[in-house]
Amino acid sequence: MRISLFITCFNDTLFPETGKAMVRLLERLGHTVDFPFEQTCCGQMHYNTGYQEEAIPLVRKFIDVFGDAEYIVAPSASCVAMIHEFYPKVAERSGDAQLAKEVEEIIPKVYELSQFLVDELGIEDVGAYYPHKVTFHPTCHSIRMLHVGDAPLKLLRKVKGLELEELPGALECCGFGGTFAVKNADTSMAMLSDKMKNIESTGAKACTSIDNSCLMHIGGGLSRKGSDTKAVHLAEILASTEENQ
Amino acid sequence: MSKAKDEILHRIQSALKEVPADEKREDVAVNREYIQKGNLSGEELVTLFVERSGEYQATVKRIKKEELKDEISKACDRHKAIKMVIPAGFKTDWLPDLLEPQFDDSGAPLSHDELDQLDGVISTCALAVAQTGTIILDAGAGQGRRVLSLLPDYHLCIVREDQIVETVPEGFAGVSDQVKKEGRPITFISGPSATSDIELNRVEGVHGPRKLDILVVGG
Amino acid sequence: MSRQTPTFQETADAYLNNTQLRENLGHATHTIRDKRADIVGEMPDWEHLREAGNKLKKRVMRHLDSYLLQLEASVQEAGGHVHWARDAEEANDIITGLVKQQQVDEVVKVKSITTDEIKLNEALKKEGIQALETDLAELIVQLAEDEPSHILVPAIHKNRKEIRDLFREKLNNKELTDRPEDLAEAARLYLRKKFLSAKVGISGANFGVADTGTIAVVESEGNGRMCTTLPETLITVMGIEKLIPTWQDFEVFMQLLPRSSTAERMNPYNSFWTGVTPGDGPQEFHLVLLDNGRTNVLADEVGRQTLNCIRCSACLNVCPVYERTGGHAYHSVYPGPIGAILTPQLKGIEDDGAASLPYASSLCGACYEVCPVKIDIPKVLVHLRGKIVDEKKRNGSLKAKLDPEHVGLKLMAQAFKNSKRYERAQKLAQTGQNIFVKDGKISSLPGYLSGWSAMRDLKPIPKETFREWWRNRNE
Repeated sequence: MRISLFITCFNDTLFPETGKAMVRLLERLGHTVDFPFEQTCCGQMHYNTGYQEEAIPLVRKFIDVFGDAEYIVAPSASCVAMIHEFYPKVAERSGDAQLAKEVEEIIPKVYELSQFLVDELGIEDVGAYYPHKVTFHPTCHSIRMLHVGDAPLKLLRKVKGLELEELPGALECCGFGGTFAVKNADTSMAMLSDKMKNIESTGAKACTSIDNSCLMHIGGGLSRKGSDTKAVHLAEILASTEENQ
Repeated sequence: MSKAKDEILHRIQSALKEVPADEKREDVAVNREYIQKGNLSGEELVTLFVERSGEYQATVKRIKKEELKDEISKACDRHKAIKMVIPAGFKTDWLPDLLEPQFDDSGAPLSHDELDQLDGVISTCALAVAQTGTIILDAGAGQGRRVLSLLPDYHLCIVREDQIVETVPEGFAGVSDQVKKEGRPITFISGPSATSDIELNRVEGVHGPRKLDILVVGG
Repeated sequence: MSRQTPTFQETADAYLNNTQLRENLGHATHTIRDKRADIVGEMPDWEHLREAGNKLKKRVMRHLDSYLLQLEASVQEAGGHVHWARDAEEANDIITGLVKQQQVDEVVKVKSITTDEIKLNEALKKEGIQALETDLAELIVQLAEDEPSHILVPAIHKNRKEIRDLFREKLNNKELTDRPEDLAEAARLYLRKKFLSAKVGISGANFGVADTGTIAVVESEGNGRMCTTLPETLITVMGIEKLIPTWQDFEVFMQLLPRSSTAERMNPYNSFWTGVTPGDGPQEFHLVLLDNGRTNVLADEVGRQTLNCIRCSACLNVCPVYERTGGHAYHSVYPGPIGAILTPQLKGIEDDGAASLPYASSLCGACYEVCPVKIDIPKVLVHLRGKIVDEKKRNGSLKAKLDPEHVGLKLMAQAFKNSKRYERAQKLAQTGQNIFVKDGKISSLPGYLSGWSAMRDLKPIPKETFREWWRNRNE
């Protein structure tokens, strides 16, 4: 299967290891990964902050870059949710009927990684090995907008050596929320403090998730606290094998 | 037409300019796929009502028709209630001899101050909803004015088994004619007066009756 | 020129640092959140009820003019009087006039956010009329000369000890304990006398039924029944959006509301009255229909769904932001997620405070999930953010346009349009960050981003981006 990787600007710039892990994982599973160089950003940050006019060219760009792809997979639930939920709105705003039609056509081809593996490919055991205690934070957009359900948990349960610890208050927001984390930094931190308390109570060595934006926030807080727990993207756990430990 | 009315209607019409002029109310489809009618009957229905109304800290007891007078007596005894308000249309042969009934009828209604001083009220009801443990009053015979079941601190309500319906939709349907044809006031009562205003802890009894007893009469 | 209220950001900090408040709120919201989940969970048809509630409200909104006229006719036919008020001032004038006709200097009130919205109590006070709040929580707020902080439980920010101290002082009851039962008893005794002597009652309305003219008040304590039954005159203030089409539709809303709001199968008391009933209850009934900005909300096709709200407050109870800051940070009688979309639409986004509210959300979506009438609050929040930014671009001051977020997002939007420019920006950021990197992390950032680094470290941008790695790998 030929899979087009939508790395997202955030992962491209700040978390290249996640992208590399995805490539390793998908190739290990026997797929061909393609990375269209022209891609940039889905426009989520602009759209959600109110710069909705600015999102129009980014939607056009996404269609130009990925229009011909068969499967488009991204390691970020919130960027995929942006495409599924808000691209039709952006297209409507643009008043361009052709764009609206193209958006409608591309949406079913865009997947978040765990959803793609479990729901589309029907795989739960990806042959990974990760001998650590791990807890999973289900991000808000993955649960309430994209409805990935327990796909990530299904994958984690099949990872050899991994001890999965249930996260108390898992469904509560970590407090990231894009520019919210900067605009309302204190409120965001109050939310994060409770999330960190819950993460640390599990005794996990790693807190994993399917969005590096929430993980950057959680990891940044844990690092400042001097905590031993690290934030790790799910793709990196799934890419680990006994050989590359 | 008042100027304000005129302007508000005008504002609404310009706010809704995208709504097609020929659109009818029903064109906005409402799917009533929710449960309208229950499927319990007989014993199960009564049991559910007794269980649910009991969960609100109301005292609920199932009795036979011939026990009614005796049970009213026992209930009032328990609350040391002697001076009880009796709404117009309430069957007087149910009243125990030791009670001092205070009859409220339209010719000589009890004053608010009088009602405030009385020990309690005995009433029937229009309907009861099992799913929510609710009794519904429609100001009909045996229930009387709304204030009767409000000012006295103790309410003893008599529910016939055949007055119990299962669902909330059946409850509203059951008093619909009283509202549409007669404009009667309807009161839903689910347990005694309560508040959760202090740290969201439920406390029974603020302004309405603090004690609610329900006698469910069969046969 | 509208009055400028403080922004959410400016105010929230003080509340966040109030540990007593955080504790009261955390305890209260979590308790009710869990109870709601249980009581909703026992309804197999909950989603169908939500859907029906949503559609019924949509039907009302799209035909609001005809429904209002129908309601007016029904109420008049049942012996009531109907008044129309374009704004708060007009509503207050009508009500004050009606009260003065009865020649009283005290009225009893049922908890009503609509009357809080129009500041009715202040207006009455100016005319020498004391409005007595009779809901326990509203009484607490009134005695404390405080502001409500929650739609359903206005005194949620106060714990039992704080309430005891307040009652000891204001109700002159020195021996009072902090048992909730005793506190409720104190309120009962104090208010009973007032109810018995009241000549005029004022209420809000949970629902008004167009086809029958019936008004509904949903409550727990019995003060609502007192106010709507004992006085000779009853004045009800109702926002024009509170309409439902028919009596039958209660079967939907009266299942949705109690379970979402107090997490009960049914709340203790519901009063439904239709105009005037001879020999039973008030013999004079006035209904005041209030616009006060609601038609502005109606005019926005995305924002319109905000008017579906039945004021259950489930969205407040699940909101992670509200849980931490409390209601006062919203500077509105409508706090929490629903307030964050309703207030800016009622007040207008020219008000800085109101315009800050759509940003007081992490867009986590918990509110939409619990909303009994399916208001897509996150979608409306994002929609309003769009309107705020559009307005800033059109009429913003130079200061607003030089705001780092504004400049930054504009620049980034340019960079993202073209992958070459985007790569150059990546490189620039890699180099630019060097002065902030210490021991492999960024712990302090200037200006706009300082909020981030005050409490969180930032991982520096790695030397090699993903795309560089891909390029090298394939060469």
